[in-house]
Amino acid sequence: MSLQNFINDAISPWLNTEGIDNDIVLSSRVRLARNFEQVPFPTSGANEALVKVLEYMEQEFDDQSYNDLKQFQMIKMNDLKPVEKRVLVEKHLISPSLAEKDHTGAALISKNEQASVMINEEDHLRIQLYFPGFELTKALEQAQELDDWFEDKIQYAFDEQRGYLTSCPTNVGTGLRASVMMHLPALSMTNQINNLIPEINKLGLVVRGIYGEGSEALGQLYQISNQMTLGKSEEDIVEDLKSVVKQVIENERRAREWIMEQLGIQLEDRIFRSYGILANSRIIQSKEAAKCLSDVRLGIDLGLLENISKTILNELMVLTQPAFLQQYAKKTLSPNERDVFRANLIRERLQLEH
Amino acid sequence: MECQRCHQNEATVHYTQVVNGQKTEIHLCEKCAEHEGYMDFNDDSLSIHQLLTSMFPFDQNVSQQQSFQAQQTLKCDRCGTTYQQFRKMGKFGCSQCYASFESYLTPIFKRVHSGNTKHVGKIPKRVGGKLHKQRELEQLQEKLQQLIHDEAFEEAAQVRDEIRTLKEELNKGKDGDA
Ligand SMILES: [Zn+2]
Ligand SMILES: [Zn+2]
Repeated sequence: MSLQNFINDAISPWLNTEGIDNDIVLSSRVRLARNFEQVPFPTSGANEALVKVLEYMEQEFDDQSYNDLKQFQMIKMNDLKPVEKRVLVEKHLISPSLAEKDHTGAALISKNEQASVMINEEDHLRIQLYFPGFELTKALEQAQELDDWFEDKIQYAFDEQRGYLTSCPTNVGTGLRASVMMHLPALSMTNQINNLIPEINKLGLVVRGIYGEGSEALGQLYQISNQMTLGKSEEDIVEDLKSVVKQVIENERRAREWIMEQLGIQLEDRIFRSYGILANSRIIQSKEAAKCLSDVRLGIDLGLLENISKTILNELMVLTQPAFLQQYAKKTLSPNERDVFRANLIRERLQLEH
Repeated sequence: MECQRCHQNEATVHYTQVVNGQKTEIHLCEKCAEHEGYMDFNDDSLSIHQLLTSMFPFDQNVSQQQSFQAQQTLKCDRCGTTYQQFRKMGKFGCSQCYASFESYLTPIFKRVHSGNTKHVGKIPKRVGGKLHKQRELEQLQEKLQQLIHDEAFEEAAQVRDEIRTLKEELNKGKDGDA
């Protein structure tokens, strides 16, 4: 398979479309947790009943379209090879715990991979909507519509006082988790991020450095999400998150201007060196790759690097994860081999830009 | 910043926990956050595992012994999950568990959701009729107060009529379709 074809398969189509403020907010996500009234939650281990949920979802919603979300395909965990599951995990379409549920787990995924509904993960349904850029309101609207579509047929577990009933008390009420993925290189370079995180936490939001592999935030990517799901309307939860994200965007923009002014040629040097490493290295570990990709993406956003597409950061962060590398290599790779393949893949991907 | 649990890895998950009105900063590495059940991988949902297992006696209003016995035997009659299991795992077994463990839940929800215990968001259409109308009624009553306060009496009269109609519908038990 050519690299271009591989990338086309590997990258969710929605990821390559433009979005608002996408020099800083790479993507927005909204997730709703829902359960069937009459069936024990997946946490109960009542597998027979859970298989019925899976079969019901397949019968009613497989191969269906809803509004802009075309062609939902039902994918059962049972039918997938381990590496195929890992790929879905790395694309964030399913969670690792769903991947382990061979007999009861499944996902309904829309053709453009913007919507995915995990079946029998921690709750019967986990409806997820992704948008490129800063689009939380749209993501909420579409998630709600999708929820209505399911609700027409499914009797949800709902209580007037407690709202949507979920297997974990942390999700009860709205069942809503809204999050954004932000690229914050300038706030990181200036160390402002360390002061900012506790401030954001105080407002009831969770900040998470991602692609961490147990260490610090790789690629200066941070996810910010709401902590509380009960006692606020969906709209308010999203609005409160949005207002904080807007402030973080402003801070990052100001920090970018500041580093441009203060660092000047040093910043330019750092960015071009990182580009040089990505374009030329023969062995590269994921940590170094992430750092360089973050620099390159910043260089693109600051107008220092031209003729490279913006999506390269998101794309290569996904493509250089272990399962994708193995899929591209078409064999199991040792960690050392992975680093060689990672370097190859990045070089080839950069060549596609010219 | 170092992970508070393993003291080895860099902390990447950060949030504030409100416990008895006191805010505590929590900083964990990805592994510990997952291990402690503070979040699941691409979901970042925070679990109350710790809150349930160790930190709190949430039986303050019931006498100690009585509540201990009640807790030992309390069980959801639909799915069989015991209160002890729920407390240990931090997960309900079915929707009925909410009713079965109701008397213990309010303090838990308060702690997890910054003092909130009542849902004010979306309502499924199926459940909705009456509940939607009640919500609407509450909102209209607030609006009426505001209008009276602003001395917008003409509009207030209209809202008052709407409230009357809504109340009549509710009293007739006519759920309608919201
Ligand atoms: Zn740790
Ligand atoms: Zn139960």
